[in-house]
Amino acid sequence: MTTKRHTPHLLACLALALPLAAAANPILDAYRAQAKQENAAFKDFTVAAGQKLYSTKGAELSCASCHTDSPKAEGKHVKTNKLIAPMTPSVNPKRFSDAANVEKWFKRNCNDVLSRACTTQEKGDFMTYVLSVK
Amino acid sequence: MKLIKPLLLAVLAATSLGVSAKYNGEDRGRPNLPSQVSAKWQAECSGCHMAFPPGLLPAASWKKIMGGLDKHFGTDASLSPTDSAEITDFLVKNPSNRWTSNAAPLRITDAQWFKAKHMSGEINPAVWKRESVKSPANCVACHSGADKGVFDEHGIKIPK
Repeated sequence: MTTKRHTPHLLACLALALPLAAAANPILDAYRAQAKQENAAFKDFTVAAGQKLYSTKGAELSCASCHTDSPKAEGKHVKTNKLIAPMTPSVNPKRFSDAANVEKWFKRNCNDVLSRACTTQEKGDFMTYVLSVK
Repeated sequence: MKLIKPLLLAVLAATSLGVSAKYNGEDRGRPNLPSQVSAKWQAECSGCHMAFPPGLLPAASWKKIMGGLDKHFGTDASLSPTDSAEITDFLVKNPSNRWTSNAAPLRITDAQWFKAKHMSGEINPAVWKRESVKSPANCVACHSGADKGVFDEHGIKIPK
């Protein structure tokens, strides 16, 4: 009865794999593939680096200036007062589901906050952090 | 009808050519929102602020605004060339129908019609600084129907 003996292992594997599957994001995967291509020494994206970037203040703004200290919260545009829907997909599933839209906002907001484009490493770190906030 | 048409034309000519042109020719149009709006315009222009109805400015203003989205009043609002072209097309096809001046301001708040209606003393300047208003670009703060192109005086409620 080899199958029976293997069942607990299979369940354990499933239990480990399921949260990973739930967290998988095709856009993040594409950034990871791109980062590997750009940098042979690339390891992976980290929550810590993403969180640091989220609160990094440029000349005037940080991500948190409009999106608040928590990606789970509803934000408000600092200039226009327009409400901004929460950024983490755990609260707002529409987020990080359209690659062109994600690229559009990285281009705009990296320019606004850092006065430059973000690197692939930074985009991946940022997404890893935001996706980790449940 | 035969009599009314020339009369109307005469009135139109007088108001558009005469020195007494309303707001020096910098008048917003009506209706403020066309019956068919571009979904792209609605989605993209409401990303950071209300999608301002195209009738609030002349076509020349919209062309300038859409040509400089990477530096849009201090922020990068750039769009893909395809989206930008589609939105520009919608804006320049539905501009103010009463604008006769050559002036093409970048800001709606710089248009004479806006200044006359908002900055002539009727509204306390402190109102604009309220946390609930914050910016004259925040039309909906006072014009509750602004996002639907409704700006008439009955819908105005100035927040505390």
